[in-house]
Amino acid sequence: MAIILDHVNYIYDEGTPFSRYALKDICLQIPDGQFIGVIGHTGSGKSTLMQHLNGLIKATEGSIYFNGEDIYDSDFDKKKLRSKVGLVFQYPEHQLFEVDVFSDVCFGPRNLGLDKKEVELRAFDALRKVGLPQDLYYQSPFELSGGQKRRVAIAGVLAMKPDVLILDEPTAGLDPKGRVEILEQIKNLQTESGMTIILVSHSMEDVAEYVDRILVMNEGSIIYDDVPGEIFKHYRELEEMGLSAPQVTYVMHALRESGIPVSGDVTTLEEAVEEITRVIGSSH
Amino acid sequence: MLRDITIGQYYQTESVIHRLDPRVKLGGTLLYIISLFCFKNIGGYFLAALFLAIVIRLSKVPFKFMVKGMRAILFLLLITVAFNLFLTPGEPLITLWKLHITKEGLWLAFTMAVRLSLLIVGSSVMTLTTTPNHLTDGMEKMLQPLRIFKVPVHEVAMMMSIALRFIPILLEETDKIMKAQIARGADFESGNLIKKAKALVPLLVPLFISAFRRANDLAMAMEARCYRGGEGRTKMKPLIYHKRDYVAYICLGLYMVVSIVVGRL
Repeated sequence: MAIILDHVNYIYDEGTPFSRYALKDICLQIPDGQFIGVIGHTGSGKSTLMQHLNGLIKATEGSIYFNGEDIYDSDFDKKKLRSKVGLVFQYPEHQLFEVDVFSDVCFGPRNLGLDKKEVELRAFDALRKVGLPQDLYYQSPFELSGGQKRRVAIAGVLAMKPDVLILDEPTAGLDPKGRVEILEQIKNLQTESGMTIILVSHSMEDVAEYVDRILVMNEGSIIYDDVPGEIFKHYRELEEMGLSAPQVTYVMHALRESGIPVSGDVTTLEEAVEEITRVIGSSH
Repeated sequence: MLRDITIGQYYQTESVIHRLDPRVKLGGTLLYIISLFCFKNIGGYFLAALFLAIVIRLSKVPFKFMVKGMRAILFLLLITVAFNLFLTPGEPLITLWKLHITKEGLWLAFTMAVRLSLLIVGSSVMTLTTTPNHLTDGMEKMLQPLRIFKVPVHEVAMMMSIALRFIPILLEETDKIMKAQIARGADFESGNLIKKAKALVPLLVPLFISAFRRANDLAMAMEARCYRGGEGRTKMKPLIYHKRDYVAYICLGLYMVVSIVVGRL
């Protein structure tokens, strides 16, 4: 049970003078239950790559296997793939259309052809998982706040019960509190229901804190693919790509340069506190 | 999936046609379209096609792009041809059941198809080589005399430029929403007509909302920059005729003269 990408290439506007590589020779394995962060500059191919994973875009070259089946086979059920690989787009609240929140969340499971009871059960379950207050279920989605709308939109995808959940910048435009809440709930989805999560983000802090593995993309290729601690050791190279490491990484490296023997692969604030206390404790 | 529509899309490159004053291009296109509908013999259409081919060559826009725009009106073209072919009274050539293909009908269908194709390609040349802003600038300047009759020329031009500007944005938005709904299992392709129409609701509602939101944001942004309509407004890049524009006018004049001679207007 996994997604495997084998030498995937994608060319935008093929055959026109605007044609350019959006993805270049991507080879990737996504095992079950992992929390993966994808970072990269705007236009690095992150979103394009994500849309390949559920078959919305067809690769110009290369193959993608979902649970051992080639998704480009003519008899492969694309609809089933889309229910198994849920994709939450950037600003997903822009896709809301129903008269009330609950019906909107029902849209996905209803499209799967489930019976009414199962559809409603799934919708309730999904809304509960994203932590939306119950009194909002029958309100118009357009009257909610930005953060609430986003939860509804995420619930709309969750209600399809995907095995893999891809979120493209789920925290863009939210305030710090809303960001933490959404990310915490996403993390819970992974730990409680064993879902594979792919999180596309600009924010290094978000990525470093939650994910098990980071993919760094630049100009359509995957440059680094490793655990957060290892990735942020390349903070100088990341900066050249217009990215950065979490702020604590800079602090730790500055401490090392001034002669304090702290470890360099610290990526979150808690780890940093622990590491600094350890070093101070041992020097006494 | 919606990238194929080229109407109102600018093709960025360096060419003589791109650098021409928009007024020349507008006037030229208008003249060209009028000429298409005045030709009475086949020679005229050859001339028009030749003229267009030269302009396309000069514009350095790949021919493929022009044909892409044609795809959108293919259906309209087929209907026009079919109606003219079967419903023109005259000397019957072939009879299929109750329908007659007449000699007149054949000629009419042919000329109609050629006219429409040249018209679409001709106007695509204009939109592909002129930015929407330039185009409306030209239009505003050309229609300036109408202000005597209290026609709000500037406002109309502004509305047009905004409308043109919004076409690619809304297309992109449609593409995005469509993908988002497909990701939620929506099906826009299968089913009968009613089912298909119903399937459009999840697409159209978010699209309208986003269009209104964008319109509102734009109005706000214009307001914040103290936009008050055309009164006393100056241009950063006023339109000025250059030598090449006069040359283009002379070429157009020549085309007119030759087409009058060839097409016996």
